[in-house]
Amino acid sequence: MRYSGLKVITEGLFGNKGWKPAWRDPAPKAEYDAVIIGGGGHGLSTAYYLAKNHGITNVAVLEKGYLGGGNVGRNTTIVRANYFLPGNSEFYSHSLKLWEGLEADLNYNVMHSQRGLINLFHSDGQRDAFARRGNAMINQGDDAILLDREGVREHLPYLDFEQTRFPIYGGLLHPRGGSARHDAVAWGYARGADRRGVDLIQNCEVTGIDIENGVVKGVQTTRGAIRAKKVGIVVAGRSSQVAAMAGMRLPIESHVLQAFVTEGLKPVIDHVVSFGMGHFYISQSDKGGLVFGGDLDFYASYAARGNLPMVEHVMEAGMTLMPMIGRAKVLRSWGGIMDMSPDGSPVIDKTHVEGLFLDCGWNYGGFKAVPASGWCMAHLMATGESHEVARKFRLDRFATGHLLDEEGTGSQHNLH
Amino acid sequence: MRLTCPLCGERDRREFYYYGAEDYLRRPGEGAPLADWDDYLHLRDNPAGVTKDLWYHEAGCAQWLLVTRNTVTHEISGVELVAGRKE
Repeated sequence: MRYSGLKVITEGLFGNKGWKPAWRDPAPKAEYDAVIIGGGGHGLSTAYYLAKNHGITNVAVLEKGYLGGGNVGRNTTIVRANYFLPGNSEFYSHSLKLWEGLEADLNYNVMHSQRGLINLFHSDGQRDAFARRGNAMINQGDDAILLDREGVREHLPYLDFEQTRFPIYGGLLHPRGGSARHDAVAWGYARGADRRGVDLIQNCEVTGIDIENGVVKGVQTTRGAIRAKKVGIVVAGRSSQVAAMAGMRLPIESHVLQAFVTEGLKPVIDHVVSFGMGHFYISQSDKGGLVFGGDLDFYASYAARGNLPMVEHVMEAGMTLMPMIGRAKVLRSWGGIMDMSPDGSPVIDKTHVEGLFLDCGWNYGGFKAVPASGWCMAHLMATGESHEVARKFRLDRFATGHLLDEEGTGSQHNLH
Repeated sequence: MRLTCPLCGERDRREFYYYGAEDYLRRPGEGAPLADWDDYLHLRDNPAGVTKDLWYHEAGCAQWLLVTRNTVTHEISGVELVAGRKE
């Protein structure tokens, strides 16, 4: 069923009785050309682009819970392409272009809103670094505008510019940055993949990966064995456990990242604002809630909830930056489990097993990467070659020293 | 989260600096192949469950601690001094 304004009107006239489920609920078949482990944003987009770009439609997505029930439903929905390093820059630029055409492509409203992202800076040195980053973004073909203090004040008059600890010197505006509705992204890709023939199989946990003589043959699941010529592991948050089924030890440590949302308020924050020095960023959802977060709790965790010191730190940073939010009531907080890689960049690569592919290590930046990650993973699974914008996301780059350390803090698990 | 330092007693999480998995205690010897260094520095079991990792009592006794804890429940079942371990 194609969605349209006319469809909404006609359904409204006839009691909304004509709507159908957005995707089927098939039983797993005995064999597929390709199996994707993980029905989150990245897994669903991988399946979608396998079908759409490569004509591979005999595909199953295996999800142990429900579609979009993991990190794609537990993030702060920021979409941006403000990376500096070659390798990252072209990948996120590609992703942002896909975001811009996503709703028309999927025939699904993902509420993508390019409201502009402003990264604040607080010293002369930081201004230089941000000017350089902005130039890199422009060279990549994206947009960046360096704002001085008065320029920031025009956009964000409510900030405390005179705070003593981090007085605001200016900001880097990325007008095409913004946010989107996270659940809708998962649902849109799920519906798009299903319409092209992909089987989306929920409540189906993979318990083993069948490998014979170094070649993948299929997977064992809680709903029986499924043979497959190619298998993609796309389970960020649980990558180490699934990769261990194939005898792999990954360069990943799982950490918890907390986020918070307030009660719904009238429109007050029009942009995505990032306050790096305070480890704080914020935007306002279309529903009105202020959505904000900070840094990792900084210890390995799978608890999907954090500790109070980071809650306090995030609230303090928010009050330092914009005291006006002090009366807003926090409704909810939650924690997402991040695949943290030593250099803070992801992996989209082959493995030592023929036919087994790996997409993992999304750190705290997986949401904006959903379209390009699926695009590149599908390309890798279909052709056996890395896509040109993901060619540096190598699994062996830590051993070879070809790091993608965007922060420049070093290749160590506890530094990103 | 609170850790019970063997020297200082029960203390707030904020007094401690997290370093990483206990793999860091198994430093490769001189002349070890590069793969061993990759293993030591980057590759991790990263268990969902009981793990052992290294913490530094930064705002306390400045001792390195080997903490046994559960990554799913945040339950801490043991803290020992790295310096007190037998090789």
